[in-house]
Amino acid sequence: MRLKNSVAVPSLPKARSGVRGLDEITGGGLPRGRPTLVCGSAGAGKTLFSVEFLVRGVEMGENGVFMAFEETAAELSQNVASLGFDLEHLVATKKLVVDFVRVERSEIEETGEYDLEGLFVRLGHAIDSVGAKRVVLDTIESLFSGLSNTTLLRAELRRLFRWLKDRGVTAVITAERGAGGLTRQGLEEYVSDCVILLDHRVQGQVSTRRLRVVKYRGSSHGTNEYPFLIDAAGFSVLPITSLGLQHRASAERVSTGIARLDLMLGGGYFRGSTVLVSGTAGSGKTSVATAFVQAACRRGERCLYFAFEESPQQLTRNMSSIGNALAPWRKQGLLRLESSRPAVYGIETHLAFMHKTIRVFRPAAVLVDPITDFTESLADNKAMLTRLIDFLKMEGITAVFTSLVSAEMHVDQLEGGVSSLIDTSIVLRDLEREGRRYRALSVMKSRGMPHSRDIREFRITRRGIDIAEDQPSLSDSPRLRLTARISDPSAPRKRAGR
Amino acid sequence: MTPAKAAVRLRGRGPESAPSEPAERWDLRLYVAGHTPKSIAALANLKVICESHLKGIYRIEVIDLSAHPERARADQIVALPTLIRKFPPPMKRILGDLSNRERTLIGMELTPGKEK
Repeated sequence: MRLKNSVAVPSLPKARSGVRGLDEITGGGLPRGRPTLVCGSAGAGKTLFSVEFLVRGVEMGENGVFMAFEETAAELSQNVASLGFDLEHLVATKKLVVDFVRVERSEIEETGEYDLEGLFVRLGHAIDSVGAKRVVLDTIESLFSGLSNTTLLRAELRRLFRWLKDRGVTAVITAERGAGGLTRQGLEEYVSDCVILLDHRVQGQVSTRRLRVVKYRGSSHGTNEYPFLIDAAGFSVLPITSLGLQHRASAERVSTGIARLDLMLGGGYFRGSTVLVSGTAGSGKTSVATAFVQAACRRGERCLYFAFEESPQQLTRNMSSIGNALAPWRKQGLLRLESSRPAVYGIETHLAFMHKTIRVFRPAAVLVDPITDFTESLADNKAMLTRLIDFLKMEGITAVFTSLVSAEMHVDQLEGGVSSLIDTSIVLRDLEREGRRYRALSVMKSRGMPHSRDIREFRITRRGIDIAEDQPSLSDSPRLRLTARISDPSAPRKRAGR
Repeated sequence: MTPAKAAVRLRGRGPESAPSEPAERWDLRLYVAGHTPKSIAALANLKVICESHLKGIYRIEVIDLSAHPERARADQIVALPTLIRKFPPPMKRILGDLSNRERTLIGMELTPGKEK
């Protein structure tokens, strides 16, 4: 997908679409000076896509023309205002022309030979009036419902697309998804340079938007389906770049926020590594994870916290009860809490949302609490986590995930199928003995560092997490004794945290 | 304004009852782009129809979009040639070179059967 080592291949000139993520998938944007067909069913986001293409074009110094066949200029402005696009301003400052083409069959009588020269003149004049480099025709297929001579229309559209090429404008032509082919009128036969398909699917009452580059003549492109979002900031496609394993590995350690856990790991997590904190319900996963957030904020680093079980208020209250005050960091803008229910969106929408938020907020650390429960399907969950982890690693962001496991689960299942991607795995347990419950913590693995193999008792106190130096209260347990080690690899260095 | 409105209403009853006052002339606009065979044919066909059905009460304005491209947008022109019946209302659009005389008459509401 990413052609870093394609040296001698002369590639097509491309125009950056400005649609977040799309330019990465297409290796630089849409084919410059050529038409691109964007197809999708009703509500798939075709109009928003094209508007964003024009607005971003203006931001990059390329003026545009929007020819609307379905909405009036006023309706269009209104519809995209929610995305923060001020079309009226762009029109007033002569950066954009919005022309509503109205073809009403009931008012029209066809009496002989005609052509679409009027449309050509109109478009040509609009292009000239602002020196446009980008053109959108949305949705030109509406002409087929207004005019009856389809043979003529097809010939004229073919001529129109050729004309657009001759004018050298980068064009986006939208079309309704057809039953037999990509579009109702088979426009994909005429616009053959680049075809993008937008899809809006609902599975199990959860909707997911996806984008796929069906065709890109003369260019390599990602062929996957990429989830995308439409929100207040516009369109954003989540590129699942083929990571390769090229991310840099930092040797820098960052504190876990728990002094004894730092000792157990010989100094803390590696910066940019991925940490999994798994445990049964109530075993203290969120507490261990937020301790890290606390430490990161204290270092002045930005943290992004995706909470899928608790609201920001609830979380802030609960964590402050154990000495993890989150509110001051939020006030300072170092911590951002994003809460939502896993079931509200499809897994890919979640992923796209996280991706976008991370891009915008640029955190040094990300917390996902928990990574379980997104979907029933383990395969889907794994695919999503792989993408997320790859992305975080590429960005050098330290990530802490929590994962809920049931008591009967075998240790191997703790990592939700992504064991190979996890660098440090911390397992929390809730043990019952002699009428008391104990919390126990152990480092199951931690790549690239010697670490303690102890299972330590820990307590969650009003001042935070307190891990016992050794495990006196548990030493009677034969199971625990088996794995107990007296040696603490970090002991000689004694880099005590706070 | 009131007399004008009354005149409009009168027109609506049907063209054949039209008195031949100059204010109530048929106002026809023919949009073309340059002197193409289609545009020449359209104008010729239109003149023949007007002479036989609207003699003395019509006015044809030919608008060449190649000279006035901005008119295409202002008047919602897509196909060429386009004939627009501006007056009497309602506005009618007739596409093509007007070679199909019957359809042209229907489009212009010049057939007795189309009257209200």
